Amino acid sequence: MTIAGNILIGSGLFFVALTALGFIRLPDFFTRVHAVSKSETLGIALVLLGLILHEGVSLVALKLGLVLLFIVIANPVAAHVLIRSAIRTGVRPWTQSNKGGGA
Amino acid sequence: MDGFVIVASVLVALNAVAFVRVALGPSVYDRLLAAGAVGTNSIVLLAVLGFIYERPGMLVDLAITYALLNFIGAVVAAKYLERHPEPTDPLTDKLSEGTS
Repeated sequence: MTIAGNILIGSGLFFVALTALGFIRLPDFFTRVHAVSKSETLGIALVLLGLILHEGVSLVALKLGLVLLFIVIANPVAAHVLIRSAIRTGVRPWTQSNKGGGA
Repeated sequence: MDGFVIVASVLVALNAVAFVRVALGPSVYDRLLAAGAVGTNSIVLLAVLGFIYERPGMLVDLAITYALLNFIGAVVAAKYLERHPEPTDPLTDKLSEGTS
């Protein structure tokens, strides 16, 4: 149980590290949203799942499960709201001919 | 409990990387996105801190509250920016004159 939790926490930290790498390396806002909304959600969910396995069956594990459920729902929704707001205020995606995103 | 200390250290280091994007980010949306990612990492950091002190029930409620506040903050800020676009934002200025 503890070993499985450690494996899940380690792989979750790997995905969160990928998100940080995307923050530094990707060229514009929309690609960074791509990094955050998927990689960050998976990494956080894996770490919380590992913590639940460490805890065993208890009230704390139930609360951690609620946090996991809420993050899995809310993180993509927040990314979607941000990206819709950006599109409607005129931010355009990075392309080969329009390198306005900065890096 | 040394393993949890390592996990917390890694999370703090990744938060620092996201803070770099908050400081550098050319548009206000980059800053908002990176701040949201910092908040999401901090939720897990709170849970891991509870495991470090061997009393996980102490900080899990705070993690739940922080998750709710983080989501509400991101949505409200995005809605506000949608109605009141930032005119002095260099990225938006440049791209909006390119598309008009």
